[in-house]
Amino acid sequence: MRTVRMLAIGTLMHVKQISRSPFELAIALVVPVVQATLAVYLFRSGGEEHRLLEAAVGAGVMGVWSSVLFGSGGAIQTQRWMGTLEMIMLAPRRPVLVILPITIATGLTGIYALLATLLWGRFLYGIKLDFAHPVAFVVAAVVCVVALGMFGLLLASTFVLMRNANALANTLEYPVWLVSGMLLPITVLPAWTSPIAAALPTTWGARALREATSGGPVWPSVGICLGVSLLCLVLGGLALTHVERRARAAATLALA
Amino acid sequence: MGRSDHAIEAVDLRRTYRARTGWLRPTRTEVEAVRGVTFTVGRGELFGLLGPNGAGKTTTIKLLNTLLIPTSGTARVCGFDVEKDTREVRRRIGYVFGGDRGLYDRLSALDNLRYFAELYGVAPREQKRRIAELLDLVGLAGRERERVEGYSRGMRQRLHIARGLLHGPDVLFLDEPSIGVDPVAARELRRTVADLAATGTTVLLTTHYMAEADELCDRIAVIADGQIQALGTPSELRRRADGRRVVEVEAYGVPESAVDALRGLPGVRETAVEARGALQLLTVHSDAHVDVQGDVLRELSGIRLGRVNSREPTLEDAYVAIVSAA
Ligand SMILES: Nc1ncnc2c1ncn2[C@@H]1O[C@H](COP(=O)(O)OP(=O)(O)O)[C@@H](O)[C@H]1O
Ligand SMILES: [Mg+2]
Repeated sequence: MRTVRMLAIGTLMHVKQISRSPFELAIALVVPVVQATLAVYLFRSGGEEHRLLEAAVGAGVMGVWSSVLFGSGGAIQTQRWMGTLEMIMLAPRRPVLVILPITIATGLTGIYALLATLLWGRFLYGIKLDFAHPVAFVVAAVVCVVALGMFGLLLASTFVLMRNANALANTLEYPVWLVSGMLLPITVLPAWTSPIAAALPTTWGARALREATSGGPVWPSVGICLGVSLLCLVLGGLALTHVERRARAAATLALA
Repeated sequence: MGRSDHAIEAVDLRRTYRARTGWLRPTRTEVEAVRGVTFTVGRGELFGLLGPNGAGKTTTIKLLNTLLIPTSGTARVCGFDVEKDTREVRRRIGYVFGGDRGLYDRLSALDNLRYFAELYGVAPREQKRRIAELLDLVGLAGRERERVEGYSRGMRQRLHIARGLLHGPDVLFLDEPSIGVDPVAARELRRTVADLAATGTTVLLTTHYMAEADELCDRIAVIADGQIQALGTPSELRRRADGRRVVEVEAYGVPESAVDALRGLPGVRETAVEARGALQLLTVHSDAHVDVQGDVLRELSGIRLGRVNSREPTLEDAYVAIVSAA
């Protein structure tokens, strides 16, 4: 219970810290408009008027993914720059419990992109927000955020081991959008991408949200999404323990 | 385990930093920052690590507070090994470093403290009282809802201290806490530290201000070049300068060669030059029975001089003597 409380308060504080950045605010204002527009024009020209809401949701999930990719992938570096990395790692806790609130916070601030994309879609383009399963949609959105947060933990712990993590993050943004079917159904993609898609929690999260939007079973996708991300959490946790020890040996918790 | 009379025991601690520098042709550099440091700190003692910049003070503190793993040697805090029982050590220590980084700027002081209270395992029902108490102690009560980004350097430093004390640590590590803090705030800070020690907290303080160490510490280890050069109570250290006399000369534009010439004078033991704005303060240590003032002034003829002063050595002079002998 104490641990859950710590994770919740930690997440809340990191959401505050992240969402108050002027840079984040600017992005949060502009990107959803672009995404809503993108979604509308891609699908309107394709003559798939009835798929507009689905497209807007897909575009919103892309926003969540971008937030997690850059926020979580760079989480450890960001803390190091702020000089807070040492202070949080000094907590008498497992490293995974210290970093997880940060990565979940990047998912939560990303969900804002989803909401904003839907709202802009509504106001600018008159997309009707009639979800097939509204309750399931909310649940799926929450699961999606938590799942991406756990996936983010794996990114946080592995990116920090790489020299060119930033470049890697940049190259991962679009492929994951595509492969996990956030915009286009994965059935239109080449067959070799499907095992990759199946291993990504983003695929299952996007699918659950799509099913909740247009009708579909929802819960199996939600379940698989959670399962895959729990696996990411375990792997990320192991990697972090290794990273923490390595950082103490190599003196990289602080800026030199 | 855990049954020990000492709050801190360091045995032959060593730490080497390996770094890669250069881009086209990377070369490996090694810095031996701490080279065999051994000391113990008793429970409730206020112990000072005093030394010039780059002496290895921060490295020593980080070896003890688990942020760095020793290259060799061992250390125990409250009886727990810093490398093997990391979590047990962390439960019992607080760490405060000087400077204004290390806080969440876009959060209020209160949010910073709430977050770290959770993280450091302060019981939920105690958090409110504890945070209020600490805000009071460091004089931030009433401003705790402001964002830290608007805080002055001194306020940040005080917030750092409050954070370090949240979980009521048995051992507090203070790394140059008064750096960049104005003199009044520095005095308040020294009082806070003294009070903490008086109520049973063990404090390991690093500083490069002699006066701070002198005023606060029960014992002082003078560290230079990664090694402890002297260890004792302030009065014991002061005796290191017994048998000396000190001449101070204010001068403008002293060339290196003149300082070297002073060093060669009969009876002179050490010289130091400290820039103070436009002028330089030359300090010449000599044997007490030799009057070197005349010789010194003769060597400096032709150079514009200010005040000249001959005096008994202070603790600061002892410190200079110890460090320059290193
Ligand atoms: N992360 C690091 N990588 C390489 N060298 C370092 C690092 N940290 C400190 N050093 C070097 O180690 C020596 C001791 O540094 P430090 O312990 O910070 O001294 P102090 O705190 O007494 O000023 C210095 O020469 C410093 O340049
Ligand atoms: Mg230092």
